[in-house]
Amino acid sequence: MKIHEYQAKTVLARFGVPVPRGEVATSPSEAGLIARRLGGSLCVVKAQIHAGGRGKGGGVKVAKTPEEAEQLAKQMIGMTLVTHQTGPEGKKVGRVLIEEGLQIDRELYLSVLIDRAAARPVVIASAAGGMDIEEVAAKEPQKILREHIDPAVGVVPFQSRKLAFGMGLGADAALKFVKLLHAVYKAFTETDASMIEINPLILTKGGDLLALDAKVSFDDNALYRHTDIRELRDLSEEDPLEVEASTFSLNYIRLDGNIGCMVNGAGLAMATMDIIKLAGGEPANFLDVGGGANAEQIKNAFRILMADKNVKAVLINIFGGILRCDVLAAGVIAAVKELGVRVPIVIRMEGTNVEEGKRMLHESGLNFTTADSMGEAADRVVRLAK
Amino acid sequence: MAVLLDKHTRLIVQGLTGREGTFHAKAAAAYGTQVVGGVTPGKGGTTHEGWPIFNSVHDAMRETGADASVIFVPPPFAADAIMEAADAGLPLVVCITEGIPTADMLKAMTFMQGKRTRLIGPNCPGIITAGQAKAGIIPGHICTEGQIGIVSKSGTLTYEAIHQLTKQAMGQTTCIGIGGDPLIGTNFIDALRLFAADADTEAVIMIGEIGGTAEQEAAAFIAGEFRKPVVGFIAGQTAPPGRRMGHAGAIIAGGQGTAAEKMDALAKAGVHVAKSPADMGAKMREALGR
Repeated sequence: MKIHEYQAKTVLARFGVPVPRGEVATSPSEAGLIARRLGGSLCVVKAQIHAGGRGKGGGVKVAKTPEEAEQLAKQMIGMTLVTHQTGPEGKKVGRVLIEEGLQIDRELYLSVLIDRAAARPVVIASAAGGMDIEEVAAKEPQKILREHIDPAVGVVPFQSRKLAFGMGLGADAALKFVKLLHAVYKAFTETDASMIEINPLILTKGGDLLALDAKVSFDDNALYRHTDIRELRDLSEEDPLEVEASTFSLNYIRLDGNIGCMVNGAGLAMATMDIIKLAGGEPANFLDVGGGANAEQIKNAFRILMADKNVKAVLINIFGGILRCDVLAAGVIAAVKELGVRVPIVIRMEGTNVEEGKRMLHESGLNFTTADSMGEAADRVVRLAK
Repeated sequence: MAVLLDKHTRLIVQGLTGREGTFHAKAAAAYGTQVVGGVTPGKGGTTHEGWPIFNSVHDAMRETGADASVIFVPPPFAADAIMEAADAGLPLVVCITEGIPTADMLKAMTFMQGKRTRLIGPNCPGIITAGQAKAGIIPGHICTEGQIGIVSKSGTLTYEAIHQLTKQAMGQTTCIGIGGDPLIGTNFIDALRLFAADADTEAVIMIGEIGGTAEQEAAAFIAGEFRKPVVGFIAGQTAPPGRRMGHAGAIIAGGQGTAAEKMDALAKAGVHVAKSPADMGAKMREALGR
C-alpha cells in the first residue's frame, strides 16, 4: 500500500525522524493560512499524488509569500499532474503540502527495503541525493553504499557511521545520521513497511539533517495488524475497478488493451497476457480469480471485467485444480445470462471435470468459442477483438 | 528415486483440522501419500477424519515418526508454524499459506539458519512426486510418471506445464512449486541441485516470473555446473512496471526484474527458452531431440 508524502512524513516523525515543518491543505485559502503559520516567509508548495517525478511535472514550487503560496495552491489543486511515473493520463491533485523553506547544503539519499536474495533488510545510502537513484546506480555504482541488517540485532551504530562517513559527512552530521537511521529503521520494522525512501535527505546550512521528501509503502500482507496505517489509504489514488475487485478478493489490474482476461493463478494470468500479446493483441487487464473461486466470484469478476468499456472480447483461461471446470462453467453461464454480456467470449479450460464443463458450455445455447490450447485460444480471441 | 518425497515419506499436516487442511490431507492420502497425523494446538489427543491430532510438531514427530510436514495455517500464524517444524527437526517443511507478512518470514528465515530443515514455499502449490506422494495442492490426476522435473514460482502454470508434457507423452519425476513470495525457503538453484543429483530426472522445466533476480542467479548456476537440458519460461513479458502482478514477489521495480532480462540470461546459459507459455512441452521435446 502506498501513501502520500505528507502522511509518510507524519509516520516518520512519529518515530523521531526530523522532517521540515509543514501541513497539508485541500484549498488555496487553507494553503495561505498554513504559509502564514509557518512564518510568512519562503515556503514550498508540493502536490500530493502517489507518484514520483513531481518537480519536473510542475508539482513542486517555491512561494516567497503566503499570497503566492495561495496562488500556487490554486493552480495545483484540481490540476492533472503528468510525470514519468503517472503514465500519460496523469493524476489529479487533491491536496498540497505547504512546508517551510530550508537552506540546503547537501542532498543525500537514504532507503531501507528487503534484499530478497540475502533475505535481510538492506540500507542504501548515497551522497548523490536528489536525483533518480536508479540513474546513479547505473552511471556511478561506486556512489551507492549498502549495509545489510541482521534482523535479530537491528542497525548497529557502526553501520550507520560507516554509511555517514562513506557519504562524506563530518563528525557532527555523522552523529545525527546515526540517530536518524535508528529512527528510520524502527519505523520500517514497527510499521511493516516494504520500503522507506528519503530522497533527498538534506543537510542544512545550519548543520541539521532532515527528510525533505519521503516515500513509504507498506506490506499489504501485514496491514491486518496496523489499523492506523490502513486508514492512510487514499482510494481516490486507485483505479475504482481495482478497488471494487479487491473487495471481492479478486486480483485485478487494469491495462490499456481491449481483450479482457479471466484466469486462475497469478503466473498463469501473466502468461495469458503474454500469449495474447504474442498473438498480436493487447490485454485489457490482469485478473486472477484465485484457486478457490466459486460461481459468485466468477460473476463479480465478469462484471468488473465488462465495466471496462475498452473490452471487445474476453478470454477465459482456467486450469482447474481445486477450482473444478464444471463449477467454472456454471458460473460463467450464470454471469453471461444475468449480465447480458455482448462481446465474444473464448473459453479455454483444462483439468478437473473438464469434459463436464465443456458439455455444459455447449448445451447452454450461449455463444461461446471454446479452444483446446492456450495458443489456439489466444489466436481466436485476438481475431474476434478486431 | 525422484526428489524430496516419495511413497515412504511420512507426512503430517499442520492445520489438518481446518477446511483446507482436511481437504488436501484427504487428497494426498487418496494419491498414496502416507499421511500420519496432524497438528492443531489445543486439539491434541483428539482424532480428525481418522488421523491423530497433536498439540505440537514435537509430539507428532515422536508419536508418528513423521519426516515431513505440510502447512495449511492462516497467514498470521504460518511463520510460527514453520519455526515450530524447524525446531522439531523435520527434514522437510512445505508451506502452502499465501499472504504471510514479509517481516514474519524474515524472522522465520533467520530462525532456520543452521537448522537441518528444508523449507518449500511459502505461497506455493507444494510438491508432488508423480505416482508416489504429494504435499500440497497440485492435483494428482494430471501427473504421470516419467523423467522430467519441474521447478516453478507459479501454481497453475505448473499444472499447465505438466499437462503439456503429458500431451507430448512425457511424464514427471517431481514437481516443485517454490512460490511467488519475495522471501522463500528453497530457490531455483536449490531445486536444480536436487534434480542434478537425481538419476531419474533427465531434464527440467523451470518456470519463473518477473521480479527479483532469482532467475538470473539460476542462469549463472546452470551455465556453470548444471548438465541436464533445461526448458525455461518467464511469465510477465507484458507486465507494466511498478504494479504487483498477484504474487507479492512479481513486481518490476526500478527497471529491474523484467522478463526480457531473465529470458536473455537463461538463453545465454543454454536454457531452451519458450517465448510462449503454450510451447513448454514442445520445447522439451525439442531439447531432448525427440
